[in-house]
This record gives sequence, C-alpha cells and structure tokens, in this order.
Amino acid sequence: MAETIVLEVSRYCPERDTEPTFQSFDVPFRKDWVVLDGLNYIKDKLDGSLSYRWSCRMGVCGSCGMMVDGEPKLTCATFLSDYVPGPVRVEPLRYFPVVRDLVIELTDFMRKLKHVKPWIVREEEKLLSEGEYLQTPDELDAYKQFSMCINCMLCYSACPVYGLDPHFVGPAAIALAQRYNMDSRDEGSRQRLDILSEHEGIWACTFVGECSTVCPENVDPAGAIQRYKLTAALDAVKSLLTPWGAK
Amino acid sequence: MSEAPIYTEYHPRWYRAKISTYWWLGRWPYLKFTLRELSSIAVAFSVVITLFLIRAVIRGPEAYGEFQSRLRTPWAIAAAAVAFGFVLFHTVTWFNSAAQAMVVRVKGKRVPGAVVVAANYAAWLILSGVVTWFLLGG
Repeated sequence: MAETIVLEVSRYCPERDTEPTFQSFDVPFRKDWVVLDGLNYIKDKLDGSLSYRWSCRMGVCGSCGMMVDGEPKLTCATFLSDYVPGPVRVEPLRYFPVVRDLVIELTDFMRKLKHVKPWIVREEEKLLSEGEYLQTPDELDAYKQFSMCINCMLCYSACPVYGLDPHFVGPAAIALAQRYNMDSRDEGSRQRLDILSEHEGIWACTFVGECSTVCPENVDPAGAIQRYKLTAALDAVKSLLTPWGAK
Repeated sequence: MSEAPIYTEYHPRWYRAKISTYWWLGRWPYLKFTLRELSSIAVAFSVVITLFLIRAVIRGPEAYGEFQSRLRTPWAIAAAAVAFGFVLFHTVTWFNSAAQAMVVRVKGKRVPGAVVVAANYAAWLILSGVVTWFLLGG
C-alpha cells in the first residue's frame, strides 16, 4: 500500500492572485486518515499559510465542507482511502466567493438563514408558570429529520440553481424553515410562507435533487422544498376558492 | 429576497468562479435533470399529437385516414419514437421522485417512500392494462 498520497489543494491569496491555482502536497497515507487530517498535516508540517475552516472533526459543526474531487463533502468524514491512489483534489465549496485558499465567504447564507425565521414563532408566549410546550413523540418525529441540518452548506454547493441565481434562498434555509413550520409549538408558518412564496424562494427550485444526495445528515432539503411547494399551492387554491377566509 | 446578496463590505478581492454555460454536462445527475426538464417538450408534443388525432376522428374517416398517412412518414415515426422515449424517461424520473415530494400518512404513520413509488408504478400498469384492453376491443 502507498505510504503517501498527493493532495492537490486550491490556493488563493487575495493580495497576490487573480484566480486560484493548485498546489500539490505529499501527505502520509493512513487508513484511518480523513481529508481533514491531510490538510492538518500540511498546515502543521509543510505550509503553515494554508487557510481552511474546521472545528469539531466529528461531522457535527459543519465547518469543514469543501469540494473533494469535485463533490461537496465534509472533509472530516471523507477518508483518503476512498481516493487511492490519488491525487485528491481539494477546493473551496463551489458557488461561494473565496476569501483565501479553502475559506469561503458565508455572509449571504447567514443572511438568508435569518430571513426565513428559523426559530419558534409564537403569537403569544405562555407564562413560565404555565410550564413547557409539550410535544408527543409523533409531533417530534414530524420535523426531526429537518432539524438535523448542521448548516454545512454542502447543499448550496450541489445546487446549480443557487450557482446560477445567487438570490435563491437555497436548500438548507428552506429546509430549516420547514423544520419550524412542522413543529407543533410554532405559529409562524404564515410569516414564513409569505417570505418563501417569493420568486427566489421555493419556486426557484427546479428539483435537481443533488442537495439531498450530498447532505451528510440525510436532511433531504429537496423533499422539504417540494412539500413546501405543495403547501403553498394548496394555500393559493384555498385563498382563491375562499377569499373571505384568506389571511 | 429581491435585493442583491450582501457580503462583508469593503473586502478587496474575493474570487468568484464563473459558471460554465455547459455546467449541466459536467455530472450525470445534472445531465439527467436537464434531460428530465427537456422531456417536458416531448410530453407537450405527445399531447398536441393526441389533440390532432381527436380532431381528425371528429372530422370523419377521410380526415382520420389522412392523419394516419402523415404519421406513417419516416420523420413522423422518428419523432414519435424520440418523444415516446422521453415520455418514458419523464414518467420514470418523476415516479422515482414522488416519495420526496409527497409524504403520505396512514393512521399517523408515514408510508415508506418505496411504497409510494411502487403505488405510482402499479397505477401506471393498471391504467395501461385498461387502455390496452379498450384498444383491443374489450
């Protein structure tokens, strides 16, 4: 078995470069090493100037998403052994502006996330003395899948609609909106529907489906969006048939 | 979200990659998606042919015979074959996606996606059987 494997890493220095270039590094090949281990080896032993994000190293924080051989992956969960004999090409997440090397600019995503109100909205809060908002296991089950999103943004990098139209709210933000819509404690679905029924919301999605394929947590944002479309369409028909009952 | 995406202000030089016009050729899932979208044209073509067929039937045996003779030309046969292939592709890809787009619950429990997809195929088979039975004269 090979003792080393080549990582071809995208490098971009905003003060010097007009576009990214690739730099090859020989890193030790170990069966239990993931791509992130290779990057950490480069950072520690070969080139301390390499810039990238990472944190938990266990697929929870969602910081280390990158393109690995053209596919959006969490580098902490992508084993080098799957790419033998290499080389393994590591690039920043597609469709996002690149700040430096493998670091992307994510303000656009954070703004969109906030825009869809991903929190429990109540028309009137209960008093603390009245106790918790209780849920049955079935009510929890209704939204649990969508609550597993770790905001890693792999789905945005897999979505050509987002690449072609940066105004698109995007898969993760819509899935998280759906997570709260389906929460029995929430009363904000009308507010979210008004936001996501805009052109750049659910209707911009053409159901390519790759967002769900690349999701490391099996959230299925594509499914969330299609179900949201159904809800919005039924709501529109209902408003048309019973205008006196609309909003 | 109608306003332009806002990024951190005053940053000098982020790199923004341009998206190729041929992005959809780069990966099979993207090409499959594009073909699925294009297959809508074939579906529309089939509907238009069916409408012309109905019109010819309404106008009588002579018009129907003329319509049939037009359909027997090599171009018409080739177009029909391509359209049929695309319509099949359209049907299969959408049936396979049905479970993602539609959650069915029975007595509060979610029906597995495979069952939803299988139900679509079963309905397709039954309807095709009924149409075939009707065409063969009952």
